[in-house]
Amino acid sequence: MAKRERTKANAETMATKQRDISVSEFFAKNRHLLGFDNPRKALLTTVKEAVDNALDACEEASILPDIEVKIEEVEAATSASKAGRYRVTITDNGPGIVRKQVENIFGRLLYGSKFHRLKMSRGQQGIGISAAGMYGLMTTGKPMVITTRPKKTKPAHHLELAMDTSKNRPEVTIDVETEDFPQTSSGTGTRVSIEMSAKFFRGKGSVETYLEQTAIANPHAEITFIPPDKAKEDPTLASADKGESTSPDREGGVTSDTSVDSLADASGSSSSGPSGEDIARTTELPDRIVYPRTIDELPPETAEIKPHPYGVELGAFLNKIKTTDEKQLAGFFKNEFCRVPPSAVKEITDRASTKTKSYSGQTWIKSIETADADRLYKALQDSKLRAPPTDCLAPIGVRVMLAGLLKGVRAEFYAASTRNPSVYRGNPFQIEAAIAFGGELPGDQPARVIRFANRVPLLYQQSACSAHKSVVETSWKNYGMSQPRGSAPVGPIVIMIHMASVWVPFTSESKEAIADYDEIRKEMRLALQECGRKLGTYIRRRQKMKREGQKRDVFERYIGEIAKACNAIAGADTEELYDALMKQAKRRTEIADAVLDEDGQYVKDNSNGRLDNDDGVIIMRDDDDTPPPPGGTGFQPVTPNEPESPARESKSTRKSPAKKKPAAKAKPKPKTPAKKPATRRPTASATEAKPDAIKNKGKPKPRVRLGQSQESGLFG
Amino acid sequence: MAKKTTKKTSKKSTTKKSSSAVEPRPSAWGKRDARTAAAIRDLTEGIVKSAMSGREPKVDIPTRSSANTKWNKSRGILQMGSATTTRQLFNLGQARNFMQTLLHGQGINELVDAGKTLSLRGMFYKGLHTVKGTKEKTFNDQTESDKVLEDLEVTLGALREELHIFAKKRGTMVGNITVIDNGDEINCRKMGSGGYAIPSICEPEVIQFKNVDADFILHVEKDTVWQRFNEDRFWETHNCILTEGSGQPTRGVRRMLHRLHKEHGLPVICLLDCDPWGHYIYSVIKQGSISLAFESERLAIPEAKFLGIRAKDYEQCELSDDVQIELNDRDITRAKQIMAYPWFADHKPWQKEIKKMLSNGFKMEVESLITKDISYVTEVYVPERLKAEDWLS
Repeated sequence: MAKRERTKANAETMATKQRDISVSEFFAKNRHLLGFDNPRKALLTTVKEAVDNALDACEEASILPDIEVKIEEVEAATSASKAGRYRVTITDNGPGIVRKQVENIFGRLLYGSKFHRLKMSRGQQGIGISAAGMYGLMTTGKPMVITTRPKKTKPAHHLELAMDTSKNRPEVTIDVETEDFPQTSSGTGTRVSIEMSAKFFRGKGSVETYLEQTAIANPHAEITFIPPDKAKEDPTLASADKGESTSPDREGGVTSDTSVDSLADASGSSSSGPSGEDIARTTELPDRIVYPRTIDELPPETAEIKPHPYGVELGAFLNKIKTTDEKQLAGFFKNEFCRVPPSAVKEITDRASTKTKSYSGQTWIKSIETADADRLYKALQDSKLRAPPTDCLAPIGVRVMLAGLLKGVRAEFYAASTRNPSVYRGNPFQIEAAIAFGGELPGDQPARVIRFANRVPLLYQQSACSAHKSVVETSWKNYGMSQPRGSAPVGPIVIMIHMASVWVPFTSESKEAIADYDEIRKEMRLALQECGRKLGTYIRRRQKMKREGQKRDVFERYIGEIAKACNAIAGADTEELYDALMKQAKRRTEIADAVLDEDGQYVKDNSNGRLDNDDGVIIMRDDDDTPPPPGGTGFQPVTPNEPESPARESKSTRKSPAKKKPAAKAKPKPKTPAKKPATRRPTASATEAKPDAIKNKGKPKPRVRLGQSQESGLFG
Repeated sequence: MAKKTTKKTSKKSTTKKSSSAVEPRPSAWGKRDARTAAAIRDLTEGIVKSAMSGREPKVDIPTRSSANTKWNKSRGILQMGSATTTRQLFNLGQARNFMQTLLHGQGINELVDAGKTLSLRGMFYKGLHTVKGTKEKTFNDQTESDKVLEDLEVTLGALREELHIFAKKRGTMVGNITVIDNGDEINCRKMGSGGYAIPSICEPEVIQFKNVDADFILHVEKDTVWQRFNEDRFWETHNCILTEGSGQPTRGVRRMLHRLHKEHGLPVICLLDCDPWGHYIYSVIKQGSISLAFESERLAIPEAKFLGIRAKDYEQCELSDDVQIELNDRDITRAKQIMAYPWFADHKPWQKEIKKMLSNGFKMEVESLITKDISYVTEVYVPERLKAEDWLS
């Protein structure tokens, strides 16, 4: 520490300036490390931290999360380039927070329940929400407002919290009990409100995108988003104006009910999942955007695990030996690590033993010196141990991923796959991938890659993320997509990658990109390939269907002529012959019908392909077919001089051969309008260019019922 | 795709069924018409039957390809083999063709019923319309239609004439003969400078011969040469019949030559260019062609002679260099192909002839003799060769 004289300072003078740096102070100066680089991102980071915490808390308390995110404009920006002032309020229906922990949780950096354990959760370090509060305080001087009700029967606590950055200590400015807390479905909950200097926007990297993706990865959560422009509208007024009758679909109609019971019903019935007839879709109402719940199950609870020896470095190992309470090696290995059974201990100690010194399970810990530890560590790394347990991981799961994608992305083909757990540096992790293809997705743009880590969307630093890299290095050409060199595939495709792990290796504290471990990237690639193969099968089959369809078109076209000629030559019954031949044509091209004959909104592929019975695949039925023009394709025998019916637009009608079946009737009788018009689309105005958010002009849903929950460290 | 099966069905059933055919019209064609109508009916009923019983409708069409053409050495003609190609309705590449086959079947059926004939072009229009519900035409062009008709000929085992279809007239005739064409007596000695146009259909039902005084037939390749001979009254001085086929002779011309040869024993002597094309014309007159192999028996004249122009004539007739037309690559390839034809392969004089032409490196037209004298060909060349019987056979 001592410096040279020539700087005109000596050890003593310098010592006067040397003091502790408070973590809060450090982050106050380096807020970009936490994702508060600019006013735009600040808003997102705040919402993200709060929502992550809310979801974590709800899941820990086994509550199906209802989360409301509201952003109000307090003060408009003076100019477009300047930041305005916004109040961000996040309400959840979580378990609430006991009074004495409130200040610690919201007022201190690096305080939480999640840092010290190896358990899969959204938050990790315990920085997030308190940093958001700190940012708000610094930019507006307004303290964070927290309302929490940990007990149904008791009033809620209302606190206002400032933060002393130099001491990393919270200052409570107001602390009262209040009844002013929304009735949530669970009866408990938490609401955090932060006022901050920020900039609201929509589009890429925005709060809306974040919530949309969160909804995809967490279909068990119902998320309501009230952006500033909608927050101004008076919900009751809107509700009166736009009655149920104008609500274009069931979703809007049901959720407009304010009672908690029917809300629960609505979410229940709209969450029929991938097997249901109606698909709950994201809907935009005049006063809010609702991301409905589509799955009624909470993610499985995850276990906490001990570190796996492969992930422990020598220093950490030495430290463990120093600090352990165990007396002997056997106990040390058993209790400080996972997956080191007595048999493995014997192997390790035997391997570590030399001529001069031998170890066993009975060796006393206190007799272990650095050289011994070194030997033991090496033996430990060389020994064959089972992979860490994987009950600590809660993958989203194929079914849930599909439900999530179905909600947010309008495509025709969905496939998902979950890899088996794997390990990087001793940390178990699991990779999942899903893709949505076709439908209304834009066909000429590079794939949209949505990344998740422990169900949290990652919005920034895409190219630094190993998820994105794995997309690029997967050869999509094998699956019928086009892919420019060194980039993501181009086409109507959305790729979702999720990494679940007890410890997700982020490249920075703002948690924007997953670090590039070979093991992780390999698993990602394998997961993508699994989905890709299904996609390839589908694309090929679709092409085949198209070909078969065209084929039938050809046959169909000529069968009429043939029947007529046969009638003229041999007096065969034209109609009968036509039917017989059409029957054959159908049989010979039945692949074209595989998916088309179904009446359901969407069907599992029931042709004889490999996609058959694959739970990881959903294929939407294309119900945009226009019914064929009356008489358009029907063959009308024996009336050769009749004017030709309009030429068929073979492309669209082609897909519905079943519909235009009533062909061979001698008289041109009016065709029954083949089908009721498609009902899958909730609204006519459904989503231009943007596949995920459905602009549903339904009725408003004046509700205030979301609680928040942060029992234990919600930092993150 | 091209499944080869033995062609049996249509022929067999044709004969079997002919009794149940529609009432024959009172015409010279009566018997033939009944047979044709029955064949079409049979074909159609076969299709209807398989359609109704859920089997794939198909038609077996005898294959008209070189692989399915056999050289009958003893008879000296080309004959069609037994291979057939199956045409299926439920085959993407064949569906349209299948429909066309039936459309023309229907058209021919009508023609036979009405006792009328149509040209190939006429048939194209007869079958032409827009497929219902589409913008697609049943036939894109006449070529498509012509091919279907040829298929029908072989499938039904009926001649084009029997299908009531005729081709464009081509070929001219003049000479010491009187022809009765559709009841009209035509004296071919008094045809002026134009000559008698050989009709497309030369069947005995239409054409009969009377007063056949000629000793032989001189067939020349094209009209220009024919004019020369006609102007010089060659047929008169040499008592022959003078015909030309405007290049490759049509079926009508060949049928005419064949009948005169068979029915009246007139030798057929050909005066053609000295080039692979001329050699091939001779080959077709003599043995028949691949695409019409099924008709060889009534078209081919194995005894036909090739008088000239010969490769040796350049030296023998002392022609000038100017008449040489250089052989191009295609000519050479074609010449080698012709040399390899089985009916030329073991025919030494022909091998010599073609080799000579190849070694000359040029071809010669009949007109090249004009460089000697305007009437050299009629007054010197042909008479000398005829007298010397200097020809290839």
